[in-house]
Amino acid sequence: MTRSGTRSTVPADVPVQLAHGDVALSGRPVLRGVDLTVNRGEFVALMGANGSGKSTLVRTLVGLNPLSAGRLELFGRGLGSFHDWSRVGYVPQRSTATGGVPASVWEVVASGRLTHRKLLRPLRSADRAAIRAALEVVGMAAYAHRGVAQLSGGQHQRVLIARALAGRPELLLLDEPTAGVDLPNQQALAAALGRLKDDGATIVLVAHELGPLAPLIDRAVVMRDGRKAYDGPPLSDADVHAQGFDAGHVHCDDAQAPVPNPAVPTPLKEL
Amino acid sequence: MSLLELFSVPFMQRALIAAFLVGIAAPAVGTYIVQRRLALMGDGIGHVAVTGVAIGLWTQTSPTWTAVVVAIAGAVVIEVVRERGHAEGDVALAMLFYGGLAGGVFVTGLAGTGASRLQEFLFGSILTISVDDLLVTMALSVVLILICVGLSPQLFAVSQDPDYAKVAGLPVRFYSILVAVLAALSVVIAMRTVGLLLVSALMVVPVAIVQQLTRSFRMTLLGAMGAGLVASVGGLVLAAALSRTGANVQPGPSIVLVALAGFFLVWPIGAWLRRRRALVAPFPETSPEENPVDEAHPHHHGEKCGHVAVEHGDHVDYIHDGHRHAAHVGAEGEHYDEH
Ligand SMILES: Nc1ncnc2c1ncn2[C@@H]1O[C@H](COP(=O)(O)OP(=O)(O)OP(=O)(O)O)[C@@H](O)[C@H]1O
Ligand SMILES: [Mg+2]
Ligand SMILES: [Zn+2]
Ligand SMILES: [Zn+2]
Ligand SMILES: [Zn+2]
Repeated sequence: MTRSGTRSTVPADVPVQLAHGDVALSGRPVLRGVDLTVNRGEFVALMGANGSGKSTLVRTLVGLNPLSAGRLELFGRGLGSFHDWSRVGYVPQRSTATGGVPASVWEVVASGRLTHRKLLRPLRSADRAAIRAALEVVGMAAYAHRGVAQLSGGQHQRVLIARALAGRPELLLLDEPTAGVDLPNQQALAAALGRLKDDGATIVLVAHELGPLAPLIDRAVVMRDGRKAYDGPPLSDADVHAQGFDAGHVHCDDAQAPVPNPAVPTPLKEL
Repeated sequence: MSLLELFSVPFMQRALIAAFLVGIAAPAVGTYIVQRRLALMGDGIGHVAVTGVAIGLWTQTSPTWTAVVVAIAGAVVIEVVRERGHAEGDVALAMLFYGGLAGGVFVTGLAGTGASRLQEFLFGSILTISVDDLLVTMALSVVLILICVGLSPQLFAVSQDPDYAKVAGLPVRFYSILVAVLAALSVVIAMRTVGLLLVSALMVVPVAIVQQLTRSFRMTLLGAMGAGLVASVGGLVLAAALSRTGANVQPGPSIVLVALAGFFLVWPIGAWLRRRRALVAPFPETSPEENPVDEAHPHHHGEKCGHVAVEHGDHVDYIHDGHRHAAHVGAEGEHYDEH
């Protein structure tokens, strides 16, 4: 996959920079003092127990949850002045899609090209090619003209991945993209993300099990109770559990945030 | 007067032109309303617009323009309440609807114009469409149709998945309010033909008819416009034909009944289509790369081969090993291609 508009790497152009981010949902503090910087070309795995705030963090990074404190910059620009959304792709954990009218797989994936289209202009051949390629990557090309309402959960997930890929983003945030997706299709997704990464894309991915994606990971971030509990070299799934990152207790404050256990080797990168 | 003679009467020609355009425009807006699961929004705006019409009658100004203003205000309030998503929003909306209807009847009483004048707006009336009204209806219909078709990629995305649309940088709020305003305008242009109390049916029923058959949004949008056109013109002609016999049938009810008849006619076809698609659905899927088309095909597909057969235009496809196999006899012999 090629991307249009490759930009030179200036330090100010860091894809994601969140400083001291606090987020409250319905008045309840969910994220507390989260610092997260993701550099160009990095592949970050975001892990942690259910309810630890992974989805909230990802939604915050794409501007869907307002920060109650702290500052978020995308590609070196504060969220308020960032308008270059064609550089960002997002795969939601659960789609909020609530169409009361049929929509085809192709149409949903085509909406991933909207950031590249001007108002009132028809699709160009480049758009069609990107849609087609994205459908092929997730193995849904044969389903292009099916209605999305008739898909299985895993198929629907793959359509949402294709929608994000169709925009050829430089920064891709995926919230549990492999949940409910079978192994061959996880492998196909891993191959596609690998190609995207080789092209210089920056990827943030939420997962409970990395599976075939493990070799791609540069860095792991583990969330616990709305705080960042670990940020460093990749951990195996077992490590995340072994170090008690997913123990759901609130009485651990910042000072006691667990550090990676040096006794546990982290050989994922070499795989 | 024969039916043909009736069509040569100017008021009937005006009514036909209005029915034609409104029949296309109202379901086009209705498709987005249904997609947002707001099927009753048109109904609510219709009730609120009654007050607008009454104010126009009372102040001796054009009921069309007062209805436009009040309907847009009502639609925006409905959209804002919906966006807030409060539990009491439901009750707030109900009060808005009742207030609109009661206020309209009350103000009409104040004006002393009598219920019959208001009734023209409640259930539609062929006779009352003036040339000015027709021009306004034509202009607004064309604008609505152009917006609904021209902005369909944006409006589709915003209604289908608002969160995603927001991440795509679309002004979601603006488009949501735009849909509400479009709904208000289609209520106003439809009030002379269908009437305020039934206008929602012309927005929703054509969508309900075609979505039994379609699988894509685009086909639903275009199909609903076609179905609405047929129902609108058909219902008007039916009302006109019946009024020749001395009956006094309003166009609104006959348009809605024609549309509902269409729904029940299409229903068995839709049920049959869904059953056929259900048969095809569970075939094993694999990506094309993993399963090249030129794999072994040990037999010619046919009626008895056991593979699922799907009629596809002029030929029959067979589903096996993750692809739809379509045999074609061409110049170079028999080959097949993948769909
Ligand atoms: N709309 C909301 N209002 C209030 N609290 C919320 C809301 N959404 C999520 N939460 C709370 O925020 C916390 C973090 O939720 P989040 O969805 O980010 O978890 P997660 O790490 O993604 O979990 P999972 O692994 O199950 O996806 C949870 O305790 C949840 O109950
Ligand atoms: Mg989550
Ligand atoms: Zn066969
Ligand atoms: Zn075929
Ligand atoms: Zn075959």
